[in-house]
Amino acid sequence: MKTLNRRDFGVDLGLALAAAILLPATKARADDMDIHIDNFVFQPAELKIKTGTTVTWTNRDDIPHTIVSVGKFRSKTLDTDDKFSFTFINAGDYKYFCSLHPHMTGMIKVE
Amino acid sequence: MSGHDHGDDGVSRRKVLECMTWAGTGVLWTVTGGVPRSLGIIDSAQAATAAVPGMSFLQISDSHVGFDKPANPNALGTLEEAVGKINAMPAKPSFMIHTGDITHLSKAAEFDNAERIISQSKLDVHYVPGEHDFLDEEVKFYRERYGRGTKGQGWYSFDAGGVHFIGLVNVVDLKAGGLGNLGAEQLAWLQDDLRGKSKSTPIVLFAHIPLWTVYPEWGWGTEDGGRALEQVKGFGSVTVLNGHIHQVMQKVEGNVTFHTARSTAFPQPAPGAAPSPGPMKVEDTKLRSMLGVASINFKQNEQRLAIIDTPLQG
Repeated sequence: MKTLNRRDFGVDLGLALAAAILLPATKARADDMDIHIDNFVFQPAELKIKTGTTVTWTNRDDIPHTIVSVGKFRSKTLDTDDKFSFTFINAGDYKYFCSLHPHMTGMIKVE
Repeated sequence: MSGHDHGDDGVSRRKVLECMTWAGTGVLWTVTGGVPRSLGIIDSAQAATAAVPGMSFLQISDSHVGFDKPANPNALGTLEEAVGKINAMPAKPSFMIHTGDITHLSKAAEFDNAERIISQSKLDVHYVPGEHDFLDEEVKFYRERYGRGTKGQGWYSFDAGGVHFIGLVNVVDLKAGGLGNLGAEQLAWLQDDLRGKSKSTPIVLFAHIPLWTVYPEWGWGTEDGGRALEQVKGFGSVTVLNGHIHQVMQKVEGNVTFHTARSTAFPQPAPGAAPSPGPMKVEDTKLRSMLGVASINFKQNEQRLAIIDTPLQG
């Protein structure tokens, strides 16, 4: 997970750490996001993130899947419990799908 | 049938049919004039001897060699059992068709293991790839082993016993949100392949993903499958075989009979019967009743086709 920095909070580091303690854990770690694959579904199917965020997909099915955003990124085949991470540098809409089960689709909106 | 509920509160028709399927070692289908007729559950040995005067061939599918999850921790073992069944058949089929997903993760060792077991049948095997066979980066393992003499991504045709067989590939270039895909190049080749064929030539199309739309919500169908079917419409007898969905399903439309084979590795749920098409976990005692092989017999000059599905265990 990315560490908190001054720019994220616009305050000095001491205050940022204090804020982190007060915020729920999920919120404090909002920079990086997880997507799970369960039952041939990306969860969550749509995600809104800020540039610089790293998204990690984990395949929790008994069947391999892939994460493919045409022309943008492509994972290797993910067997059970395998992970794939991608850091979104540029803003935009990233549609993606599983190239083995193309009815599985998802969307990352990067602002 | 152990573990099945036979309570006193009345057994539904569906349950009875399920029990029958489990109890029988084979279901014999005959198709006369395009209408399928089940001759009931009969012993596989009986079926094989009763229906063999014409040419017969066997279909196996979805071996998923390398799969080791709870639904079946030993997919190689059940493939070996299926080959044992084949070797025990009283009448040796002419050859075998494998409708894809030979392996689970396209690893070299998985292809080697599959080959070692399947070759024990001592039958010629005609393969088409499933999406699980195209997972290596350069997609070379399947092609190097089975792609010789094929066109494009691995499609081809051959003749046997007066029947024209066409192996199609619908697991390449899948589009987001879509189904299986044949592509323009393959459809053009098919048109060319069929040109000049007499309309009375029986045609067998085989591919991994169903060419007909079984359940689009789970991707069980082929986007441009209709365009292939359009081309064989005028033929007197067309049989379309596939795997991918790991269960027996049959439908007849005019002169076209569609049939899917069981997997030799693990069952999958009926369309919409579970949250996903993932491997179905069943009791160990039931697993082998849901895996199996299919044999298909042609009686020449009789426009008759019999498909016998044989589970690994009744």
